Amino acid sequence: MKVGVVTFPGSLDDVDARRAVSIGGNEAVALWHGDEDLKGVDAVVLPGGFSYGDYLRCGAISRFAPVMTSVVEAAGAGMPVLGICNGFQILCESHLLPGALIRNDHRKFVCRDQRLRIERVDTPWTSAYAAGAEVTIVLKNGEGGFVADEPTLDRLEGEGLVVARYLDDNPNGSLRDIAGISNERGNVVGLMPHPEHAVEDLTGPGTDGLGFFTSLVERAFA
Amino acid sequence: MARVVVDVMPKPEILDPQGKAVLGALPRLGFDLVTDVRQGKRFELQVDGEITDAVLAEIDKVAETLLSNPVIEDYEVHVEDHSVSEVAHEAGRA
Repeated sequence: MKVGVVTFPGSLDDVDARRAVSIGGNEAVALWHGDEDLKGVDAVVLPGGFSYGDYLRCGAISRFAPVMTSVVEAAGAGMPVLGICNGFQILCESHLLPGALIRNDHRKFVCRDQRLRIERVDTPWTSAYAAGAEVTIVLKNGEGGFVADEPTLDRLEGEGLVVARYLDDNPNGSLRDIAGISNERGNVVGLMPHPEHAVEDLTGPGTDGLGFFTSLVERAFA
Repeated sequence: MARVVVDVMPKPEILDPQGKAVLGALPRLGFDLVTDVRQGKRFELQVDGEITDAVLAEIDKVAETLLSNPVIEDYEVHVEDHSVSEVAHEAGRA
């Protein structure tokens, strides 16, 4: 499958994300924030970083980039979209996912290997994992605290839309230890930790993140 | 030229780590009267011509669409004669 990775001004992890897409067995296609053309891709990754310098709010300005018009439209039609870290913030600001991400409750930037439990595995990004799989991937954020009102949190839990949850220590004050969520359909997934930094043994804590990039292939040939 | 101000504040139920940090610093500096701090944003917007209901309706849309995130923030639109820097200048602080 062709997987587009969007570069915004201030994206940091677009190159790593493209590399992870390739290692996962898919063709990575570079997309540009200022271009509405999705170049015929089958899925889109919004990578981590500090798009527009996090001005105003994280992801608030990227949401209105020309490419996002196409991404929102494609997501509505069922195209798989994965937002990682800053990408997750952009998905929330775009209202493709509920809730918001605010400054870590302890006010410090956190960078560490984080244990997670993968809870929703019927999405195009997580189908390679067994339900309840415990994985370790990199986490690095300053504004990663997931918040939503109680009815929304109850709905996310009740409808099984929590994709990943923090194990051991909650690193950023996210409500109910939520590390990642999906929309109802499951094609749109937002995740605060960085699976693209955990796809090779040489760097990072291992290859536990690879499943986010191989799931698409398994789906294509399923 | 007319000026419209938009104030944006974190909703009361949303944790405000920056406000808490400021509150924590005050007693260390000897300021004991303040019991709570919430940190928000102030936007000073300039528009041409008079401020009509249509102008205010558009500014309200700006505040709702871009300047605030309704999931975590409340906003208030109001018309002000003076910018903060003008007030500071008149008070002799700048």
